[in-house]
Amino acid sequence: MVITEEMAERYSRHFVLKEIGVSGQKKLLQAKVLVIGAGGLGSAALMYLAAAGTGVVGIADFDKVSLSNLQRQVIHGSGDVGVDKTLSAEKFISRLNPDVRVILHNAKMTVDNIQSVISGYDFILDCTDSFESKFLINDACVLSKKPYSHAGIVCFEGQIMTYVPGKGPCLRCLLGGVPPRDGSITCSSAGVLGAAAGVMGSLQAIEAVKYILGIGDLLVGRILRFDALKMQFSEFDFPKSDSGCAVCGANPKIRSLADNRAEYEGTGCM
Amino acid sequence: MVKVNGVQLNIDGKTIAEYIKTIQYDIRRIAVERNGNIVPKSEYDNVVLKEGDSLEVVGFVGGG
Ligand SMILES: [Zn+2]
Repeated sequence: MVITEEMAERYSRHFVLKEIGVSGQKKLLQAKVLVIGAGGLGSAALMYLAAAGTGVVGIADFDKVSLSNLQRQVIHGSGDVGVDKTLSAEKFISRLNPDVRVILHNAKMTVDNIQSVISGYDFILDCTDSFESKFLINDACVLSKKPYSHAGIVCFEGQIMTYVPGKGPCLRCLLGGVPPRDGSITCSSAGVLGAAAGVMGSLQAIEAVKYILGIGDLLVGRILRFDALKMQFSEFDFPKSDSGCAVCGANPKIRSLADNRAEYEGTGCM
Repeated sequence: MVKVNGVQLNIDGKTIAEYIKTIQYDIRRIAVERNGNIVPKSEYDNVVLKEGDSLEVVGFVGGG
């Protein structure tokens, strides 16, 4: 991998970091990271991954940009309303950094396609907006032995953790399964502060970069919660996975995604 | 006394389910760890908290 003069200037603030340097930048330029969901979390994550010179950035989304997205989904602009989110995000990234190759997955991730999509990537970001999708991604990553960053955000609060195969609990260890729907909170009534989603998405991009570079301490075996109103971060230690976990445990009930199709096929957004 | 997220509380003798009912957490969207081990949801009704236990309780949200 040749570092051009333009790259040397673009990434000069990375080069001076001893944890990154030229060799770390080369790793980033050869890394493949998939972002599932180009919404509130995904916007920030995609922008920072692209700016950092992640060699291949995959974007998986099946939605189109709407005006009500723009309050938080800052990778899209007013002129993109009605356009596929994947295309709109790609347009932003290509303007930001031509070193990044963008791969579009303009489809809903399902039991039938997700494992083949994630197989081409080194690290995955769950930036989706439903527990059904979050469990689909979790189980796919566990079964395919892929590391990924989980995050969620509603109103002013969010949480983030990182799964690395064999190193700590997965989302299913922690929650058991998709929580039943709460009738009082619906897609349209649940608000979210845009910048709070941006904080969580930025944290996910940091985890991806650290994983690629092998630096620092990942959020494996611990959950970081952010409360934007109190302006507090709290950390919760969950160092051990659950040996009875239905997907990563000693005797897993879910041996293929198809075994568990119904749980992933809810329709709401919470 | 039982330590919950680092704070000592007088909830000895309560089950995990009974304790969770006293706080604002939605029991379906939390993860609980007791003395370093994740407590499966099916055990919340059975596990009785004892003097010296240490709990971590964290809520999850699903938006994005
Ligand atoms: Zn697990």
